[in-house]
Amino acid sequence: MKTFCSVWLLLSLVELSPAPPASQEPPLACTGAPDPAPPQPETAEDMASTGDLEPTHYPARRAAQVALHYLNTHHGSPFRVFGLQQVHKASAEDVAAGGRKYKLDFSVTDWGSGSAGPALRCSADVLFPRTERHSAPKVELHCEALQQINSTAQEDDAFYQKYISPDSTVSARDIPDSFGNMSEEMQPFWRLARVAASFIMLRESSENTEFNMAKVASITQQESSEEQLMLEFVVLLHDFPSQEIVQWKLLASWSPDRGVRVLQTEWQPRCPHATKPPN
Amino acid sequence: TMKGSVISVLVVLAVLDRLAGGLEHRSYDYTKYHTMDEISAWMNQMERENPDMVSSMIYGQTYENRNITLLKIGFKSTTPKKAVWMDCGIHAREWIAPAFCQHFVKEILGSYKTDSNVNMLFKNLDFYITPVLNMDGYIYSWRDKTTRLWRKSRSPGTGNCTCFGTDLNRNFYANWGMVGISRDCCSDIYNGPTALSEPEAKAVTDFLGAHQNEVLCYLTIHSYGQLILIPYGHPNISAPNYEELMEVGLAAAKAIKAVHGTSYKVGTAPDILYANSGTSRDFARLIGIPYSFTFELRDKGNYGFILPEDQIQPACEEAYQGAMSIVNYVHDKNFKSAATTATLANVF
Repeated sequence: MKTFCSVWLLLSLVELSPAPPASQEPPLACTGAPDPAPPQPETAEDMASTGDLEPTHYPARRAAQVALHYLNTHHGSPFRVFGLQQVHKASAEDVAAGGRKYKLDFSVTDWGSGSAGPALRCSADVLFPRTERHSAPKVELHCEALQQINSTAQEDDAFYQKYISPDSTVSARDIPDSFGNMSEEMQPFWRLARVAASFIMLRESSENTEFNMAKVASITQQESSEEQLMLEFVVLLHDFPSQEIVQWKLLASWSPDRGVRVLQTEWQPRCPHATKPPN
Repeated sequence: TMKGSVISVLVVLAVLDRLAGGLEHRSYDYTKYHTMDEISAWMNQMERENPDMVSSMIYGQTYENRNITLLKIGFKSTTPKKAVWMDCGIHAREWIAPAFCQHFVKEILGSYKTDSNVNMLFKNLDFYITPVLNMDGYIYSWRDKTTRLWRKSRSPGTGNCTCFGTDLNRNFYANWGMVGISRDCCSDIYNGPTALSEPEAKAVTDFLGAHQNEVLCYLTIHSYGQLILIPYGHPNISAPNYEELMEVGLAAAKAIKAVHGTSYKVGTAPDILYANSGTSRDFARLIGIPYSFTFELRDKGNYGFILPEDQIQPACEEAYQGAMSIVNYVHDKNFKSAATTATLANVF
């Protein structure tokens, strides 16, 4: 009976009201301009000018995550995105010019192969400048055996050939959907978005942030240019310390030869009245 | 119109499908995310089907006036029993957490007859389990694709504030407002106009306060990060049993890893995540509940909050072993002779 009533009610709603227009009003929950990440009280390890860091603690992990973003901007592709497996060793020191340099020894895996895949050992220097206005961290990175991991050249080429055609007009929203699903066709685009987002995450990172990509709001293929796939993404980034979701629109190009390049980025306020970007 | 009829038929079929999936016992799918209505119906069902073991308790109202409900699970007793508290879904977007609470309930109800260990736990302990604490937020996160990543409650902003919601896990009376919060009411870590401004936080506070002498263990379930966090969130304050909490946490992480190889890190929040204050975990420890842990479930950032449904089962299986590791430790510490008997029984 309850089922029948629910169905009847639903049916009557369908019949009485016209198809609702795509919502144009601003979201009820306006997040406004997020605070810059709240200042973190310095941990005992931060207080030391030089010192070994506990590898499982967040300062080492945040620095390693920055190195990961750097790695992905250089070696990420539609079929390869690296994730942090573990930090083995870490240390940090203040540097003369103002800033803090982290030395890291860590392992990464290709998310595609999951825990079954091989782990790559990497070492990195990550310098967080301490300037009044935020500036991007500087990373020097070396990973062993990067060339030896299974090449994705075949998949890259097949993907490229399929979508470089002038008729191709890929367009999608909400990857993944609310349940974590995405079609197999969308997976390489999701990875490309993740790699492109890495450029932004790298640039926006500080010792007080820890970014991941929460989801891809939209993907719109643009007209190919100079033999590059051109993709416009809107990505939602999650920052741990502030727990904020930050929205960025960006234009990226990709080809098997040139890799991912990010041409334009635009911070998108999630509120009509918010005008101040996070940094 | 023809189009209207076709649409109506499709709508009917979709509605029937969702209704069927939610209410039919044999097909309650623990490997899918469920709406609040489905979860409420499931809770009623658990109570109806296990009247000797399960009773529900309403212990407060959300801002939007929904009944905050827990399931009390254990063998009925005439004398008060010691208890374990578990809450899930204090943050709306962390869908894997309510999924875990449902999995946990299913597991213990499905095994107490055959598993002597669970049987013993049911005899000596009551489990108070809240599958979705922040019901308003959870429902909001289901509204449409733009609301999926909502975190806070749904109380309106006070004063000049045009934004909704308070971070419930910054709203407890536990070093409230000291660190890891924002006074900007639009922020996702806004700790509320005052401590316990949020009825959801007040409900938990009142219940724990009333059952202070019974509750041995407080578990609060979140995502993501693959972490087990121990009190306190303030970097300069240590729990008196820090060493023991680390030991118990590390043992739980080991139990988790044994299931599918997933690594969880263990430590205080200021060490392994970030400093914070006003958390439910800290409140529980502060009022004397000795074993208080936050679980941050899968993953580490690949999918983050939007964990694919095909990972629900493995994520819950491993976390279950972690939670049970803690529950068993707490039980054995308080019911020594019973534990010895059980151990001997297992040996022979």
